[in-house]
Amino acid sequence: MSSPDLPLAAPQTAHPAPSAGSHESSGKNQRVRRLTGRDRLVVVLMVAIPTVVVVGLIWLPAIASVLLSFTDWNGVGSLADAKVIGLQNYTDVFTIYPPFKPAVEHNLLWLVVMFVVATPLGILFAVLIDKELKGSRFYQTALYLPVVLSLALIGFIWQLMYSRDQGLINAVLGTQVDFYGDPRWNIWAALFATCWRQVGYVMLLYLAGLKGVDASLKEAAQMDGANQVQTFFRIVFPVMRPINIIVLVITVIESLRAFDLVWIINQGRNGLELLATLVTANIVGEASRIGFGSALATIMLLISLVFISIYLTVVMREDER
Amino acid sequence: MNRPSTESEYLAGLVPASAGRHGFSRRSMLRGSLLAAGLPALLAACGDGGGSGGGGGGGGEVTLGSNFSDEVPLKTMNAMVAAAEEQQDISVKLNTIDHTTFQNNINNYLQGSPDDVFSWFAGYRMQFFAAQGLASDISDIWETIGSDYTEAFKKASTGEDGKQYFVPTTYGPWAVFYRKSLWQERGYQAPETLDEMKTLATQMQQDGLVPLAFADKEGWPAMGTFDQLNMRLNGYQFHVDLMAGEESWTDPKVKNVFDTWRGLLPLSQSDSLGRTWQEAATGIVNKTSGMMVIGSFISQQFDEADQDDIDFFNFPEIDPAIGADAVEAPIDGFMMSERPRNEDGARELLLYLGSPENGVVQTTNDPSGIAANTESDRSHYTELQKKCADFVANAKSISQFMDRDTRPDFASTVMIPSLQSFIQNPNDIDGLCTQIENQKKSIFTS
Repeated sequence: MSSPDLPLAAPQTAHPAPSAGSHESSGKNQRVRRLTGRDRLVVVLMVAIPTVVVVGLIWLPAIASVLLSFTDWNGVGSLADAKVIGLQNYTDVFTIYPPFKPAVEHNLLWLVVMFVVATPLGILFAVLIDKELKGSRFYQTALYLPVVLSLALIGFIWQLMYSRDQGLINAVLGTQVDFYGDPRWNIWAALFATCWRQVGYVMLLYLAGLKGVDASLKEAAQMDGANQVQTFFRIVFPVMRPINIIVLVITVIESLRAFDLVWIINQGRNGLELLATLVTANIVGEASRIGFGSALATIMLLISLVFISIYLTVVMREDER
Repeated sequence: MNRPSTESEYLAGLVPASAGRHGFSRRSMLRGSLLAAGLPALLAACGDGGGSGGGGGGGGEVTLGSNFSDEVPLKTMNAMVAAAEEQQDISVKLNTIDHTTFQNNINNYLQGSPDDVFSWFAGYRMQFFAAQGLASDISDIWETIGSDYTEAFKKASTGEDGKQYFVPTTYGPWAVFYRKSLWQERGYQAPETLDEMKTLATQMQQDGLVPLAFADKEGWPAMGTFDQLNMRLNGYQFHVDLMAGEESWTDPKVKNVFDTWRGLLPLSQSDSLGRTWQEAATGIVNKTSGMMVIGSFISQQFDEADQDDIDFFNFPEIDPAIGADAVEAPIDGFMMSERPRNEDGARELLLYLGSPENGVVQTTNDPSGIAANTESDRSHYTELQKKCADFVANAKSISQFMDRDTRPDFASTVMIPSLQSFIQNPNDIDGLCTQIENQKKSIFTS
């Protein structure tokens, strides 16, 4: 847990590097007094600015969302006009809001496909490219190319492939599949396009990790008679544990963040419902059901908290060792 | 390589040595943090500048926010602004915003620093924002321009409190559009009743055409079909009451609408949920589809040479007791924001927009609309415009459109997904109506 603590740890930077030799023997009090006015200003700013940013941009909006979810505010006029309606929004979400159930299912499906399809494929490509076969640079570039594109753009690109009347796939195969309009197909079409990008991302992370694995480990394994597959799964893969965790976290984050692609396709309706699109559809736009949308956002926050807790537990345990 | 133990260490390891870890002196750090401290102030300053800049500021200038962002409508707006400046001796600053973005941001826009005058839609959709105090009462303007408008237009411009908030400029009717030459070739006749329309559609199917071009990717085009069926089966007043949340969606009358629609689906273009209305209209243009329930704006999809080849007929009668004299014709127009910076100028501009002259400017530049002002000169109208104007003038009642006749939050979060799920699965009408009714109760009581 070093990164979130960074601002708090900043004041201590004065401690380990007492540069002027003559002060080396001075006691604790003196060392504190050694902070000049300018230093103190720096320290204060370094603590204050990130705090203001974090509180103002993350905590306040999050808490406000939770509070708003108990009201029927429609986004117009002062907040004082909003009526507190208790758990009504939540009851509505679970009882009379048909898109909610498919949205949760689709988010889970997204997660599963990312794990089961995109991640293993990414690892496979990383291993293959790491072998530095002929033309591996080309493949590396080709596979990484989609990663630099935004998902919204990917939605547009795949529209050219998927379009029912003008798309490449239907033209080549002579079929008339309505990839984006038919709810039996569109979630898979969207997932395919997402995986297309995610594979490159995972590949890059693993590639970086593979380069860092001590070659002598692999040699030792081969000396002991392990074959390629055994070497990978018994030696290389466990050694890359930190990267595995990062990929795990990224996969979860990407699945919960899934939004841009389906929004571009049909604004997350008709078979492409996701929690994020439901929140947007209710809050952004003419509708402005801020209270109801906030309830959906709060549910999403709770789901994210589960994964964040798991991650923090894992990382903290790692730190303790 | 040391094994990184945290994510940040790992990510730091990805940075090439040449790019990172240059000595970070305390001095440069200080400079950085001072910069960071100054940043919010800087941003705030930018915001201020942007605010007043966007608003235009005094000096007799009127700002006009417009969602007419497509090529033809934008050209029309520019012509209107030029004419208004000349006639009213005001200076107008036109702020064009992308059509969909404008609608999506309307709440923030009106509560932020809106333009003095802005484009909007008539009916409930106007009343909804007027009722929340986001628009100015312009009843005095209506005292001047009112005599040029029919009672139906005045009603569509009046808020729940009986005051006027809206100046109508143009409108376009919804009907069943087709290509004249194709119909002549095949000898088709415009049907008078729904049964005749079904017979015609079956004939078209045999002729290898798609009878009813249909699209609902955007979510709203299907609303038009629902409205037409509802008004033919249950009448205009039921449409109004249903949209206002006063009638129940579980009423057998509503179920009857869906049931009748289900009968039309086999004759409609399949896979409509993946197709935009423009893509469906292409079928009419290319003569692969027979007809389409759509607004007169379909003419935008036709080449100039083909403009005379567009024709339409009224959505046919279903129940003789109800008849077919209710017509759907959404009205576009302008409103004045709550606290205009240049109120006098804004009123001048609105007076111009409601004048017969503006009607001429608009309908000449964009032949897909018809002037709302009855005094507006119509001698330059195309065949289609003339027919549209007569069509609406002869209608007994004029509805707007589902998303203009009801609350915006109900239309977009409940009706769009519901109609799409009906198109996908037309068999569970009872379940669908119950779902809509439950959500309607929750939204309309809030």
